[in-house]
Amino acid sequence: MFDYETLKLIWWLLVGVLLVGFAIMDGHDMGVGTLLPFVGRSDIERRVVINTVGPHWDGNQVWFITGGGAIFAAWPLIYATAFSGFYWAMLAVLWALFFRPVGFDYRSKLQNPTWRRTWDWGLFVGGTVPPIIFGVAFGNLLQGVPFHFNSLLVPYYTGSFWQLLNPFALLCGVVSSAMLVFHGGIYLAHRTEEPLAARARAAVYGAGTVMLLGFAAAGFWVAHLDGYAITSTIDPNALPNPAAKEVVRHAGAWLSNYQKAPLTMLVPALAFAGGVLAMLLTRAGRTGLAFIASSIAIVGVIGTAGVSMFPFLMPSSSDPNHSLTVWDSVSSHLTLGIMLWATLIFMPLIIFYTGWAYRVMRGKVTVERIKRDEHSAY
Amino acid sequence: MISEHLVDLSRLQFAATAMYHFLFVPLTLGMVWLLVIMESVYVMTGKVVYKDMTRFWGKLFGINFALGVTTGITLEFQFGTNWAYYSHYVGDIFGAPLAIEGLMAFFLESTFIGLFFFGWDRLSKPQHLLVTILMAVGTNLSALWILIANGWMQNPVGAEFNFETMRMELTDFWAVVFNPDAQAKFVHTVSAGYVTGAMFVLSVSAWYLLKGRDVEFAKRSFRIAAAFGLASVCSVIVLGDESGYTVGEAQQTKMAALEAMWETEPAPAPFNLVAWPNEAEQKNDWAVQIPWVMGLIGTRSVSKEIPGIAEIKEKNHHRIVSGIEAVKALERLRADRGDADARATFDAHKADLGFGLLLRRYTENVDSATPEMIAKAVDSTIPRVTPMFWGFRLMVGIGFLMLALFAIAAWYTVKGKCAHKAWLLKWALWSLPLPWIACELGWFVAEYGRQPWTIYGVLPTHLSVSTLSVGSLYGSLAGFIGFYTVLLIVEVYLMVRFARLGPGSLGTGRYDSDAIAH
Repeated sequence: MFDYETLKLIWWLLVGVLLVGFAIMDGHDMGVGTLLPFVGRSDIERRVVINTVGPHWDGNQVWFITGGGAIFAAWPLIYATAFSGFYWAMLAVLWALFFRPVGFDYRSKLQNPTWRRTWDWGLFVGGTVPPIIFGVAFGNLLQGVPFHFNSLLVPYYTGSFWQLLNPFALLCGVVSSAMLVFHGGIYLAHRTEEPLAARARAAVYGAGTVMLLGFAAAGFWVAHLDGYAITSTIDPNALPNPAAKEVVRHAGAWLSNYQKAPLTMLVPALAFAGGVLAMLLTRAGRTGLAFIASSIAIVGVIGTAGVSMFPFLMPSSSDPNHSLTVWDSVSSHLTLGIMLWATLIFMPLIIFYTGWAYRVMRGKVTVERIKRDEHSAY
Repeated sequence: MISEHLVDLSRLQFAATAMYHFLFVPLTLGMVWLLVIMESVYVMTGKVVYKDMTRFWGKLFGINFALGVTTGITLEFQFGTNWAYYSHYVGDIFGAPLAIEGLMAFFLESTFIGLFFFGWDRLSKPQHLLVTILMAVGTNLSALWILIANGWMQNPVGAEFNFETMRMELTDFWAVVFNPDAQAKFVHTVSAGYVTGAMFVLSVSAWYLLKGRDVEFAKRSFRIAAAFGLASVCSVIVLGDESGYTVGEAQQTKMAALEAMWETEPAPAPFNLVAWPNEAEQKNDWAVQIPWVMGLIGTRSVSKEIPGIAEIKEKNHHRIVSGIEAVKALERLRADRGDADARATFDAHKADLGFGLLLRRYTENVDSATPEMIAKAVDSTIPRVTPMFWGFRLMVGIGFLMLALFAIAAWYTVKGKCAHKAWLLKWALWSLPLPWIACELGWFVAEYGRQPWTIYGVLPTHLSVSTLSVGSLYGSLAGFIGFYTVLLIVEVYLMVRFARLGPGSLGTGRYDSDAIAH
């Protein structure tokens, strides 16, 4: 139905949609996880916080699983190179995520206060570590990562884990973490009563400010950072071969897309507009609308990384010609087509029944409700 | 050259994490349908004890489910982290069922499990039942897509190697979906899960009956578990994996190994009930045989032959020699894509490319492979017979043992006498570990039996790994062992605690065990 070039572009958008979906859905309950020990000061308050996401965190986490699966299916070379190259970072994400299913389900099954406090911090780790590492990973993608392929396309990563923790990447980690705390704080303010809601709002203003300042700082930094540009001619319909192009690095290259297509400047603008609007709406007590605004901010932040790097996905700092792009990291024409159909069929269904689940569980989570459901609530 | 050490550690890590994950999956697959049955009875009869059953067994289901989710993410990560070349080489085919699993099944299951636990007061009875059913459907569809992916590793249909992209590419999606191997695996695996769920409910209920606690609750649970278990164990045995063993060469090799069939016997082949396989001499030191049976099971005919190990090796030898030509031609093609001569040679030997790649384990330059290397590669195409032979027999033996238990339990429960048969209740209680042992053995036979391949005939395990350091592997393996040990202790502790508390843990005030729980 679509030619190969179009499908490659559609999949760039779709992976973006899945990442944004992950950040909006799983992101808010990760933000809630980070805020848990601070917004909830007693056991019962913490149970309120946990139960705002209790019925939904599991479904939300599937955005992450599906995002990983979609990258495997649509960009197998990215999946192979990034996951093995970022080995220890990936394991840190994975091991942090271990705390979530068990933390949610097991925490309130026993009365012991030490048991419960331990899981509270487990949920904190599970909600805090992954967003930081994802931010750090994006920070490294923007700088390029040291890897190359041999003639049989075996990927070799030549960097170390500690190398990933450079200043620019850490700044991206802070932005990512603040963004999801901001977003989760708004959700918490929406679903709880005073005094928890007031504490959540305070976190929203703090995290929102950090996010906006950090995002702006990263923007200025990127202008001086070495970006990547393809200098050879590319046939977007060609069979993927990551070694068949010429790439140069130079400062400011990541801003060239905005010069070529000025309309794309709307994407970073969304981040600022959504962020400011979400804070104002939170202040006005319109937390439901604020959640939509912070979701728009997330689209802006993640979209900015995508648009700046396009068509690059994972540039190679050690052998720039081997950089992975939307043109040469993809699966076959047939697989991209089938996966598009699968997404078009199932994504609307997922959005529909997720919406229904939130509707069924709507309303504030209160201390009284937890006491009434002592044996069934988390 | 890739170090053997790295390959072994990568395999060990995958096997450990996959088998650990598979401790939780079968129970989820089975219990979810028991919940559907219990809740359906509640909705139809309005008897509140069935609602309590759904909620109590649901609580135990949830404790198990949490670890299933936790350990499942590991597997999705691990293809990329530890099997990077595999991910590149077959991601075009293998990635799709994993992604579709997320979209079609895992979202469904995970969204509705939240409503299952939290929606009791917010949904009407039929609505809640619908939620439970959708959760069950999601869980089972999830198994379907995972086993479609796994089935393709055993019998790689609907795909072709593309030298330009240096990977396998999808040619026929529906062939992958309707792969007979995948379908047989799906039926066998989910049925095994149903047996596990039934055994769990049967054993715990038997314990309450032995203690004389919450008898009405336990008797009803026992009855449902016995009936469901009997149907499921019949399905596991009748629709056993062996029906799929006639398809594809991987399964033929596996069958020859697990039946210790060294030579091709005239059809219909005899069945080695017990034997003592001798790997060094490639024969059985002794064997107790039943004539005809193997031929009937394996081919469903009296005239078709089942190839023995010697014949399979002979064939593989030819394929390795032909594969050398394919690898050489591929190297020329990678250097010059327009080389028409190399292209013609490659096309002629393409089907044996994977066999040629087996030699990469012994030499970087396949062209210079010595006859000894080729002989070693031929030997490596057959998995070790002894563990396969005994693993399979133990699994089947446990299957028949469980058939006997479920049949007798169903018989006495129909007669209404199960609560008074202490020997039966004790038997049920002590049988609790059996389905797990059988499930793990089944996994072992299927996956170890596919060695030395990750994708049978296409990609050797040896080449599939990521280019990581051995130190990284030791570190991650230690991390997994540490985390998984703690998680297992916590899970088993909670499981035992809540099973002991019984339905009183719901706090309804309707049960004997309320006194213990509060």
